Amino acid sequence: MDSLNTFFFTGYPYVVVIVFLLGTIYRYRYKGFQVTSLSAQFLEGKVGFWGTVPFHWGILMIFLGHLVAFLLPGVVLAINSNPTGLLIHEGVNFTFAVALVVGLVALIFRRLLHPRIQVVTTSMDLFIEFVLLLQALLGCYIALNYRWGSSWFAADLSPYLWSLIKFSPEPAAVIAMPLVVKAHIVGAFSIFLIFPFTRLVHILVAPFHYIWRPYQVVIWNWDKKQIRQSSTAWSEQRPRNT
Amino acid sequence: MDIRSQISMVFHLDKCIGCHTCSVACKNIWTDRKGAEYMWWNNVETKPGTGYPSKWEDQDIYKGGWEKAKSGNGSNGSGANGSGDIIATSAAGDGSPAIRLKGAGKKKGLGNIFHNPHLPVIDDYYEPFTYKYLNLIEAPAGDDQPAARPVSLITGEPMDIKMGPNWDDDLSGTPDYARNDPNLKNLSPEEQAAMFELEKMAFFYLPRMCNHCLNPACVASCPSGALYKRGEDGIVLVNQDVCRGWRMCVTACPYKKTYYNWSTGKSEKCILCFPRIEAGLAPACMHSCVGRIRYLGVILYDADRIEEAASVDEKDLVDAHMNIMLDPFDPEVIAAAKENGVADSTIRSAQASPTYKFVKEWGMALPLHSEFRTMPMLFYVPPLLPVMASLTKVNNDKQAEKLGAITKHWNDDWLYDTSTEELWGSIEQARFPLEYMANLFSAGDTEKVKSRVMKLMAIRLYRRWKTVGDISEAKAQQALEDAGLTAKMADDIYYLTALAKFEDRFVIPPSHREQAIEMMEFTGDAKGSSGFGFKEGTARRGL
Repeated sequence: MDSLNTFFFTGYPYVVVIVFLLGTIYRYRYKGFQVTSLSAQFLEGKVGFWGTVPFHWGILMIFLGHLVAFLLPGVVLAINSNPTGLLIHEGVNFTFAVALVVGLVALIFRRLLHPRIQVVTTSMDLFIEFVLLLQALLGCYIALNYRWGSSWFAADLSPYLWSLIKFSPEPAAVIAMPLVVKAHIVGAFSIFLIFPFTRLVHILVAPFHYIWRPYQVVIWNWDKKQIRQSSTAWSEQRPRNT
Repeated sequence: MDIRSQISMVFHLDKCIGCHTCSVACKNIWTDRKGAEYMWWNNVETKPGTGYPSKWEDQDIYKGGWEKAKSGNGSNGSGANGSGDIIATSAAGDGSPAIRLKGAGKKKGLGNIFHNPHLPVIDDYYEPFTYKYLNLIEAPAGDDQPAARPVSLITGEPMDIKMGPNWDDDLSGTPDYARNDPNLKNLSPEEQAAMFELEKMAFFYLPRMCNHCLNPACVASCPSGALYKRGEDGIVLVNQDVCRGWRMCVTACPYKKTYYNWSTGKSEKCILCFPRIEAGLAPACMHSCVGRIRYLGVILYDADRIEEAASVDEKDLVDAHMNIMLDPFDPEVIAAAKENGVADSTIRSAQASPTYKFVKEWGMALPLHSEFRTMPMLFYVPPLLPVMASLTKVNNDKQAEKLGAITKHWNDDWLYDTSTEELWGSIEQARFPLEYMANLFSAGDTEKVKSRVMKLMAIRLYRRWKTVGDISEAKAQQALEDAGLTAKMADDIYYLTALAKFEDRFVIPPSHREQAIEMMEFTGDAKGSSGFGFKEGTARRGL
């Protein structure tokens, strides 16, 4: 058990990071065409609406919640120190978690039962959906049964993750946690491990640059003015291919 | 002034016979693939009709194109770089409202990215199908004739065909289709009833493809920036490697000419056969057109004025669109075009362009649904025939007497009248209300359609005087004068309409690949090398 603990909480995270980075870079560079949302709304939108909207907003908020607890543990601890704050914090998070689970279940049923969606479903699509469901259910279980779960994350898990980043893993506090929590942590690592090989890669190409981009896009094959200037034709100045 | 060249098209609807050859040529080359079976980058619709996808013109359903921002002043637009959904402010600076995407854009597009509420689904187009032909050969012996059942091209399961890309061809199923045409909206119930009276019905064909717009809504709506307009010739393309399937372009294009490939998870659209264009060949749909209705050529325009022209009031849209297209013979325009890097050969193509002649010089063609504000560069010469013929009340008894007793004679009292006694009367009393044409081609302005139809009719009268001779010269000349044409123009229009050869209909500018190499490499790099190149330096180099 000890060696298993040591592996999962000291070695495994580094394996995950390496596979995640190499896998993602490979996927983007050599299978870039496959980096897409693979939306199936075009084939089926009615059930999809009740699945995809709660799922996406739920998982987005839950992820951001974990991120805040990781980056700003002090803030989370401060909120939790006040009973009202804890109630609101846990209540909001749990609402999004329920949305996540409800949406995911709807999506899984749609994937399994709708004939058109079956056509565009791969085994990896189903696998990742079940992994996410298991992970979400573990998270809900922790939230319900260990009411200091969110404080644990801020107080123990955040320093642990930082210790990993500093290449001096200190897993003691994590190893001491209940098995469900440890399963949830290993599950999170595992999702990052298989991430590059699933449809989840579309998260990495979320189009935030659209916000700053001019609406119209015009691409010139070559700089339309420079190419006609004979005086620059043999200079060292290359045409800007905007 | 930022002068660019744009490949533009003109479809002469009077000549379209609705044979779908264009659609089939396109399908065989580009969309005969998994996920693209339902796509018809080029399709031919019967008008009146609901089209493909069903009711695509009804932007209350599909939310395509641009609309005037309701907020009133343009100050929150902050130009094309603004982060709001508003793109343009009126360049006049009078604070008139700017335009924004109706169903997409930065706020709406990103907010609805998980589920796009205005996305058409495959059933709005049709479920693609094939037939189990093999069953005809391989079915075991039995009492019944083997049948080739239709099967879905998505699931492979047997299906009942409920829709197709031209399901309402030639007004079939009219109560369900033609009567629901969104362009009938401003027509009185009497006018609508008259259009669908049996034995008086009329229709025409509307071939549609990507308009390669000057203000493309699909490009503006793409969160990934995968859609772009080619600077050199204005062709609008999707970069398949950048497209992430956010699906906003499908909503944003008011013509529904960007399609979502359900298999690859990418959007696709008409590429105007750019590999053919670059090789000097006409696009497949145009090359194969049986009726020779299609014309392709270059038009020079001022890119600085696009925002301004797309933001004017609805009634001025067509004029604003016409105004930013420039005269390729104007020395100022030529100088500015050269300054901007437009090749001399492209300017010469613009001067010989059949589309410039139809659209600007002769004023015979109009854009489809200019009220969508995308400034489409595919123009239509409106159809004359369904408009011109009027129905006159006559006494048919004498005619019936002439026919023998055994001959079927029609017990009615009207005549399909194409007489030319009264020059323009038949336009006013056309069985096809001009309002209908105006809803399609001029944002509801009947005068614009009427002037085009008058020109078509004047050419007809003029040629009738020349070839048949049952019309006096004075009358023919009067018709030309009324329509604002000269004899020279009439001869040119007649030539380009009826006699034009391949090179007259398609004036394709050279793509100058000898210069395009400079987008890949700098030619100066090879200066002084031996011409065939070495992969490694010689030992002596550097000594």
